[in-house]
Amino acid sequence: MFIINCPFCGERDHSEFKAGGEAHIERPKQPTELSDDEWAEYLFMRKNIKGIQFERWNHAHGCRKWFNMVRDTSNDEIKLIYKMGEKPPLK
Amino acid sequence: MKNKYSIFSLIKNAFSYHENWQKAWKDPTPKKEYDAIIIGGGGHGLATAYYLAKKHNMKNIAVVEKGWIGGGNTGRNTTIIRSNYLWDASAGLYDHALKLWEGLSQEINYNVMFSQRGVMNLAHNLQDVRDLKRRTHANRLNGIDAYYLSTEEVKKFCPIINTSPNIRYPVLGGTLQKRAGTARHDAVAWGYARGADEMGVDIIQNCEVNGIKRNGNEVEGLETNKGFIKTKKVGVVAAGHSSVLANMAGLRLPLESKPLQALVSEPVKPIIDTVVMSNAVHAYVSQSDKGELVIGAGTDDYVSYSQKGSHQIVEGTLNAIIELYPIFSRMRMLRQWGGIVDICPDASPIISKTTIKGLYFNCGWGTGGFKATPGSGDLFAHTIANDEPHKLNAAFNLNRFTSGDLVDEHGAAAVAH
Repeated sequence: MFIINCPFCGERDHSEFKAGGEAHIERPKQPTELSDDEWAEYLFMRKNIKGIQFERWNHAHGCRKWFNMVRDTSNDEIKLIYKMGEKPPLK
Repeated sequence: MKNKYSIFSLIKNAFSYHENWQKAWKDPTPKKEYDAIIIGGGGHGLATAYYLAKKHNMKNIAVVEKGWIGGGNTGRNTTIIRSNYLWDASAGLYDHALKLWEGLSQEINYNVMFSQRGVMNLAHNLQDVRDLKRRTHANRLNGIDAYYLSTEEVKKFCPIINTSPNIRYPVLGGTLQKRAGTARHDAVAWGYARGADEMGVDIIQNCEVNGIKRNGNEVEGLETNKGFIKTKKVGVVAAGHSSVLANMAGLRLPLESKPLQALVSEPVKPIIDTVVMSNAVHAYVSQSDKGELVIGAGTDDYVSYSQKGSHQIVEGTLNAIIELYPIFSRMRMLRQWGGIVDICPDASPIISKTTIKGLYFNCGWGTGGFKATPGSGDLFAHTIANDEPHKLNAAFNLNRFTSGDLVDEHGAAAVAH
């Protein structure tokens, strides 16, 4: 269990939040042009990193806004939180 | 040659205060080369090695395990075994496993304490009732024993369940698979390890794989903390760490690794003689032979390799448990732990070849792999030995995420496994 610092509401208990999976997966610009392999890649394949991972979270039981988080999945330590649309920081 | 375990060997060893039992498996140093290496010394990996040696005569093989045998999810699950899955492909796979469970203790001369005490799944709303009835019919068409129970029959089968209509999620009915039950999880790993070891399989513990070496599109060997080991065939059975190993080979998998929690209570006298699962409120409970209630909680929704889950998940499960079983409301919980489960988008496993020659993956079992241990090992061994899937695991290939031919058990399974 951890405390999450929502960029809009401040520090709140993790139970208020919903994880939204890997961040920065871009929706295909030309969906009709995509091959089956590219669809599989977009829809299903995930990095599932052990270590520093970029992901999306939603303050579901709060302001209901989405934001990005950089988290170490090996020990659940939150490294950084930044808003949607902001550029992901380089490691 | 291993001594056979029997009542006579038990008596004989009693005279020497059980101090002279033969070692169940050796502690070998890795050879330079093997015909095949299995990564992961859990139940599935050891079963794979056992059936490779037994059925496919591949004896120059090894199992490498980063920790100790059965120390991962094999020793962390809630030991439920059942095969009442909705889809034909899943029913075939899990019932194959259940049939192997039925003869397993004799087969490997190791008491896995397989107990066919039945598994009951509860319905708490009208959609549950419709889903469970549909699944009962589907199971029967696939030759799997299944019964639909009314609320009164549920109460009769397990009298401590609160079937009052005035609770938040009343029990509206349920299904029962009588052939289902539980087994002793550690014994499964130890039994397969002992059996494989006897046939000449090297079981190498504390051996972590750091790299999968490739020559073009073929597997050449493994870089480990005990040096380089040459091999042409690698079977990865690494559960939560599957993606990490896939990454070493430059392969992408459709998995997310998440914490799944379980807990046991203080031991009490026999009170519940079956397994009861409830999908809608996510609570399932059985009682171990030691008397502890074994309770399965849910998964967290975020990726984590920390083997720790969130408190609210446990709290939610226990809320449901005490509403369904008011008799447990004052019991104390003894231990709680987490395991890392690798979840596929369709909640079905992958037992498959890959685009790399000689590299095979058995993963994606998510929250329900223990029940499939013998079947998974048998079918994965077949896939590795013949470089072709068995007909029972053909549907569980990696290519299904490209073709779209998913085995969608996610909403359809009896509970989140």
